[in-house]
Amino acid sequence: MNDTLLKVEGVSKRFCRSLKQSLRYGTQDLYNEIVGRNHGGNGQLRADEFWALKDVNFELKRGECLGLIGRNGAGKTTLLRLLNGLIKPDSGRIEIRGRVGALIALGAGFNPILTGRENIYVNAAVLGLSHRDIVRKLDDIIDFAEIGNFIDTPVQSYSSGMQVRLGFSVASALEPDVLLLDEVLAVGDAGFKSKCFNRIGKLLEQCAVVFVTHSMHQLYRIADSVMVLDKGHRIGTFSPHDAIKHYDSLCAGEASASAVFLDNSIADATMTIPESVHAGKEISAQISIVPRRPVVIGQVIFNLTDMRTGTLVAEYRRTELEISIDTNFAHAIPIALGPIFLRGGQYSVSCAVYDRKGKINLAHFANFATLEIENPVPTEAVCGF
Amino acid sequence: MNQQKPLPVTIYTSESPIASPGRMFRDMLRDLHASHDLSWRLAVRDISAQYRQTFFGFLWALVLPLANTAVWVFLSVSGILVVGATELPYPVFVLIGTMLWAIFMEAVNAPMLGVSASRDMLAKINFPRESIVISGIYQVLFNSAIKIAILLVALAVFGTYPDWNFLFVPLGVASLLIAGTAIGLFLTPIGLLYTDIGKGLPILMQFLMYLTPVVYPLRAEGTLSGLLLLNPLTPLIETTRAWLTGGTPEWLHYFLLVNFLALFLLLGVWIVYRLAMPIIIERMSS
Repeated sequence: MNDTLLKVEGVSKRFCRSLKQSLRYGTQDLYNEIVGRNHGGNGQLRADEFWALKDVNFELKRGECLGLIGRNGAGKTTLLRLLNGLIKPDSGRIEIRGRVGALIALGAGFNPILTGRENIYVNAAVLGLSHRDIVRKLDDIIDFAEIGNFIDTPVQSYSSGMQVRLGFSVASALEPDVLLLDEVLAVGDAGFKSKCFNRIGKLLEQCAVVFVTHSMHQLYRIADSVMVLDKGHRIGTFSPHDAIKHYDSLCAGEASASAVFLDNSIADATMTIPESVHAGKEISAQISIVPRRPVVIGQVIFNLTDMRTGTLVAEYRRTELEISIDTNFAHAIPIALGPIFLRGGQYSVSCAVYDRKGKINLAHFANFATLEIENPVPTEAVCGF
Repeated sequence: MNQQKPLPVTIYTSESPIASPGRMFRDMLRDLHASHDLSWRLAVRDISAQYRQTFFGFLWALVLPLANTAVWVFLSVSGILVVGATELPYPVFVLIGTMLWAIFMEAVNAPMLGVSASRDMLAKINFPRESIVISGIYQVLFNSAIKIAILLVALAVFGTYPDWNFLFVPLGVASLLIAGTAIGLFLTPIGLLYTDIGKGLPILMQFLMYLTPVVYPLRAEGTLSGLLLLNPLTPLIETTRAWLTGGTPEWLHYFLLVNFLALFLLLGVWIVYRLAMPIIIERMSS
């Protein structure tokens, strides 16, 4: 049996930069629609327009999960909205078999005056559950949300955590065939989050999933393949591991995109680190700085995050560095992290640079590089000889 | 999950649904059916939320027509305005007129208010867009029922009792609803893109009210009487008023014709509304 649930062929979408134009085009589109012309016109851009998505193709079967990554404005959310049927493609074709569910906009349509129970009925109906289904699942929804006897209290007196828990609980009670996820995977506190992940895990097995995220470790965890988008164009579809590399290289185009200079003394700075290192070997990062006035770097702290789990696994702190930089450009000053004793795998590196006393944060580089740690030849293999 | 029935297939392309009318009408009926549950839920939500936060509750449905009536009765009693002779006592005449007009106006405003209020939901969730309009109609119906009930009490106070013609009153209310919804829904797509419509509509409606025999009766001659007769709302208001007060409706044919045209218009604007929603959602939040 052919179980392809989602087929996207050559889908394009244009957006308009200026509001006035956009409204005029909207009226024009409406007129064209009424007289029965195609939505996308002749397939050309009109003045002030750009391609929010251009020629996107993919297919998805039940049980598969496609991740979508790309920088802000790459067209990820636009693609989700097209798949959800909220907006029309300007060209191309989307074919969906079965019911579409989306874990987007949790708690949409909640009315603060009404009780949690009343809002479950409304929200579930909006999401497409029939009255019978709602009645059948009501207890389950209330239990899952852990709202307790607050269920008959107006939603406006809920904590924000309770509101999203209830929203998640309703939205995830659907049994869709195609599931759209936009960043939201889990809400609430740590305990509730793990419940969310379990439920999502179940959904992942039953659905074809399209998943938008900025979180690389979630991508690792969930996605089978990853489509990288850049300015509406599809760069390619890769394994999560390769996709992250492509994504990093996209981001590297703007070197200082992830660098923040918190103190006025630094005009620009870049930090680099080798792409890979053998476990147990020494490694150094290099920093280049364009200062505004003479600065002294006193402390540098590196954090390594495991890309698979998203957890912080190591911190390398160098103090009493005394690196003085006068007003000239300082190129590639090495800062040793020391030997690295970690399991093989991919790690995301962040770094904070402080002044001499360690009080003022001069610069911060959030996830500026991915470091691959290679395991040495397993010792058993050598010794067992 | 996927054992018994073959899964429904949804296809999105850039083609206009108008190009394949057969499928479009099938989809319209399907969505109409699908929005049945939801529109009821939305109406219950809005009505109960609206009245739970007020002290006077349902009485608010009456405030505007009552205030209007008071103004006109005052103007006429004090002799500032000479309205002309009415078959009914003037307060009764005005009260009925303003109540019916309020029903019509609520119906006109409902679609645009409904869609604006659900902007967030519309932009993020795909549900039958008809449900917002139908939910609006339910709410207007609910408010109309209150109005008619109060009207009956007021009529009794003034000694006017309806006869068996009263059974037709729901038909009159329905005709006001149909005409109002058709006009409101017609304005909705453009009104959502350009806020001009929302700003201009109240002014326009006020003019329209004075071109309809709401606060003064039809005259036999004069330029105004010509305009009043051309106004398709005239037969709706006049006929319903006659049914309410036991009079004989003079414009029954005209009434039926207007209803027929209004239904036709409603079908047309329904199609336009369906076509417009994806475009509007795109422009609302891009």
